[in-house]
Amino acid sequence: MLALRTSAVLAAAALAVAAAPVSAQNERKEIQKYQKMLAEGSPVELFELQGEDLWKKKQGPKQASLEKCDLGKGPGVLKGAYVKLPRYFEDTGRVMDLESRLVHCMVSLQGRDYKEATKRTFGNADKPSELEYLVAYVVGKSRGYRIAVSTRNPKAKAAYELGKELFFYRAGPWDFSCASCHGVEGKRIRMQALPVLSKPSGARGTYATWPAYRVSNSQMKTFQWRLNDCYRQMRFPEPTFGSDATVALTMFLAVTANGEPYAGPGTKR
Amino acid sequence: MKSKSIHLSLGTLAALLVTQLAHAGPTALEVRAVMHRDFHTRGQAVVSRVDQDDVQWLCTVTRDKPPAKRAREMENDQLATIRYPADGNYMGNWKRGAKIAASGKGMTWKEKAGSQSGGGCYNCHQLSPKQPSYGTIGPSLKHYAKVRGNGMEGQKYVYGKIYNSKAYNLCTQMPRFGTSGTLTEQDIKDLTAYLLDPASPVNQ
Repeated sequence: MLALRTSAVLAAAALAVAAAPVSAQNERKEIQKYQKMLAEGSPVELFELQGEDLWKKKQGPKQASLEKCDLGKGPGVLKGAYVKLPRYFEDTGRVMDLESRLVHCMVSLQGRDYKEATKRTFGNADKPSELEYLVAYVVGKSRGYRIAVSTRNPKAKAAYELGKELFFYRAGPWDFSCASCHGVEGKRIRMQALPVLSKPSGARGTYATWPAYRVSNSQMKTFQWRLNDCYRQMRFPEPTFGSDATVALTMFLAVTANGEPYAGPGTKR
Repeated sequence: MKSKSIHLSLGTLAALLVTQLAHAGPTALEVRAVMHRDFHTRGQAVVSRVDQDDVQWLCTVTRDKPPAKRAREMENDQLATIRYPADGNYMGNWKRGAKIAASGKGMTWKEKAGSQSGGGCYNCHQLSPKQPSYGTIGPSLKHYAKVRGNGMEGQKYVYGKIYNSKAYNLCTQMPRFGTSGTLTEQDIKDLTAYLLDPASPVNQ
């Protein structure tokens, strides 16, 4: 039922966009209208609810839930936890993003094997990954909180600096960096607007609506997935899930988005 | 493409030193080491793709604003990589070129090595006025031949620009489709025709 409603809304919105004359200002208005229509038919709440069930479900060799997982504000504290991530964690001596921290909790609390816990980090429309549900649940608990990622810790600061360099690093057969697409104001790829993610004006609204449900894939997508698929399109080798490089790039974008009230999980085209 | 040797003039070195000192971040070499550790080969997208050639390196450390003199020298090096068609004919079949221009496929870890790549032209350029879904990262190429003509020099330029865009503008965001082995001589001829043939939709 929900899927039907979503596709009907999508079709109507797509028509509205197609019918609009291509002038920059008009276009922006049409895109905003389209995004509003998308959000109305979005199933993100279902992902949040299922994520809550998974959070509380006893799993793994230790038959434990994730309810004591410490995302930085103490064991089990979820409210406002996501807007402070990535952050430095004393217990691991690493800067971690939400996904790598969740996997850490699966291993340490539930006694699961790292390989098993990361076997399926990205799901598909038929079978979402466990992480996609959990991420939806956790980030939903930060809605309305301002993004406030700190670089006071030296390792957090180093991650930010590394992330910034990664953003501008040109390589691969097509010579791309993140800035190739996200470096100049007012550009788009095909019909998709491209925010300048190295500046607060572009990073804030975009980062605050990820992770997100993507209507075109009928899937909840995590931020690790977002980076992974950008690097695929950049013709790079694959970034390893939860690696320091992915956390560093997330750190750079999150800090650039600091101050924005978190509004996710979002809904994208 | 994979020329890894980095030649530096003293002036360039000084300019880069200033660039590197201006920010506290890791150097491009340190970033490369991190990427070798944190990225992995998948399909044809081998991990050595993170290794920069001299163009990628200079454009990275100068944030796409290379010193003018060094940029000219390196553009000339890039120009020398262009292999023009042996038959002296730059124009192929615009109908086939239209398909290559519209396709964004190729070179990713999801695609087989050697499978037909597209040029992804519409991702960044307006071409045929009949295609409303186009990107704006590059300039509009609508009515290209009408605006700029399609003489022999123009044909050679378009062929060369697609083959190795960096020969004309060192830090352009446009890929080097010939030098990188993404498109074949025939593909580039067909794209050249798509831009320049008076019968092509681009010029209608």
